[in-house]
Amino acid sequence: MITELTSSERQYAAVILVVMAMVGVAMAALGRSDPFGVHGVIVLVYSVGLLFLVLSSFYAPEPRTDRQASYYDDPIKVGIALSMAWAVFGMFMGVWIAAQLAWPTLAFDAAWSTFGRLRPTHTTGVIFGFGGNALIATSFHVVQRTSRARLAGQISPWFVLLGFNLFCILAVTGYVMGVTQSKEYAEAEWYADLWLVVVWVTYFILYLRTLARRKEPHIYVANWYYMAFIVVVAILHIVNNLAVPVSIGHAKSYTIWAGVQDAMVQWWYGHNAVAFFLTSGFLGMMYYYLPKRAGRPIFSYRLSILSFWGITFFYMWAGSHHLHYTALPHWVQNLGMTFSVMLLVPSWASAGNALLTLNGAWHKVRDDATLRFMMVAAVFYGLSTFEGSFLAIRPVNSLSHYTDWTIGHVHAGALGWVAFITFGSLYTLVPALWKRDAMHSAALVEVHFWLALAGTLIYVFAMWNSGIIQGLMWRTYTEDGTLAYSFVDSLIAMYPYYIARAFGGLLFLLGALVACYNIWMTARATPLIAGSQLDLPDRRPATGTAPSPAE
Amino acid sequence: MDHDTLVAFSKSWGLFYLIAFAIGVCVYAFWPSNRKMFDDAKKNILDRDDTPWQ
Repeated sequence: MITELTSSERQYAAVILVVMAMVGVAMAALGRSDPFGVHGVIVLVYSVGLLFLVLSSFYAPEPRTDRQASYYDDPIKVGIALSMAWAVFGMFMGVWIAAQLAWPTLAFDAAWSTFGRLRPTHTTGVIFGFGGNALIATSFHVVQRTSRARLAGQISPWFVLLGFNLFCILAVTGYVMGVTQSKEYAEAEWYADLWLVVVWVTYFILYLRTLARRKEPHIYVANWYYMAFIVVVAILHIVNNLAVPVSIGHAKSYTIWAGVQDAMVQWWYGHNAVAFFLTSGFLGMMYYYLPKRAGRPIFSYRLSILSFWGITFFYMWAGSHHLHYTALPHWVQNLGMTFSVMLLVPSWASAGNALLTLNGAWHKVRDDATLRFMMVAAVFYGLSTFEGSFLAIRPVNSLSHYTDWTIGHVHAGALGWVAFITFGSLYTLVPALWKRDAMHSAALVEVHFWLALAGTLIYVFAMWNSGIIQGLMWRTYTEDGTLAYSFVDSLIAMYPYYIARAFGGLLFLLGALVACYNIWMTARATPLIAGSQLDLPDRRPATGTAPSPAE
Repeated sequence: MDHDTLVAFSKSWGLFYLIAFAIGVCVYAFWPSNRKMFDDAKKNILDRDDTPWQ
């Protein structure tokens, strides 16, 4: 990895890490025993650990001079490994807190392990850790392949990837110490947020500069989705996290937004985090890896353009459906409701485009579990966008809001769509990246597919049942006009569903563990192509055995 | 600027620019001379991709 950098690039990397380590020391000194100080120590340890890696190969021989003739795949490989590590962590936390809801003693009577602190470690772990790393890794792959150009930087891809993971670590370690902004999916505090802005702007510039180098005249649509993901997440993140810290050495901050404006800004952020973090980037994956795996071009390129702009412009307005029946002005609620219903059109255009691409190749879907992952993802994308439009209608929302139906909807999207398309993409990407014919074991991909599908279905059906029962129990009146059920009555009715939900989640976690093993064995255990060297498994044999037009 | 002004602005111009944009996107997607570019784009990603083009 480090040997691929020139000595001046190694110096730059070392300088960046020394500066980061000094920032860590300053944070520790200012924060003292405050969580801010603990985070200073974490920044210090992280930077010094990476510095040690850089220095260990500091005087290694210079890399080849024709690096531009090959793609830059090292950061992608590390990104995949980090993504899978976060998947296991985030899904384990999910199973744990799901089990806590059924058996509350599993909080072990400690502050750090209460549901309120562990729940954001699950959401951050799976959305940002697993999903974010998978998005960064696949975006680096897709932009290079579709542009026919190498990434426009040697250090910046590492800065983006490792800097983003530092943000995730600061966020997750903060939650268990009780650090939170109390904004859903934006819980991390001001200093972590500032750091993410630096990382994200670097990501944006890197992506633009790589596109500027492209040899392909047209920018393929998958890149548009990744660009929308990068640009909009930056805007959302900055606006929602505008806050004033209580002091420079303290983790706590207060948002500059107040009252109903704060709620609206938060859900404008929150719903667009679903739209542009959990949808746009993953649609980018789908538009590249699904045609690639099926060996067929996308059904309609024009439709992909129309649905891209539809999604980009409709989603921005949909956030207020999270605030039905609140102090938010009625017309703003109506606006959110209307745009949410209209969103069904571009969403189904994408889902239909994916399924019509597979039309005529169903035998491949039957035989290839990787393609089946992506097919199921497209189906769940269609289902959960339909459900989302439906739940956004105000009278429906009066039944579903604050119940487990919402949790079921989120997981139909997050498990059935986001995780399925990610695993499908990774199973396509990993053999290509490590120059293998196929994954280590096709049978294990099959096992993973059925574990994931069974887990998702159990989870989603449990939450649909539980949510609708909850909603109905909360609104059932007796003949005297009093509520028929107490809150505890509805809680007891949830008990079997909570057990089923934890079991479904466990199956999904087991599937992810199988995937980790399979990816590890593909990368390491299969004999490498002859003539390759340690740390450089792909370049030389690839250019040696298959001369490119460049040579 | 009071609340009513803002509401009037967003209800009129918000509508106009979204419709104008939708028409623009449709024209771009269905413009006859763009057809070849789109067809190439969707087929080219399936080609060999082991090294960058120089």
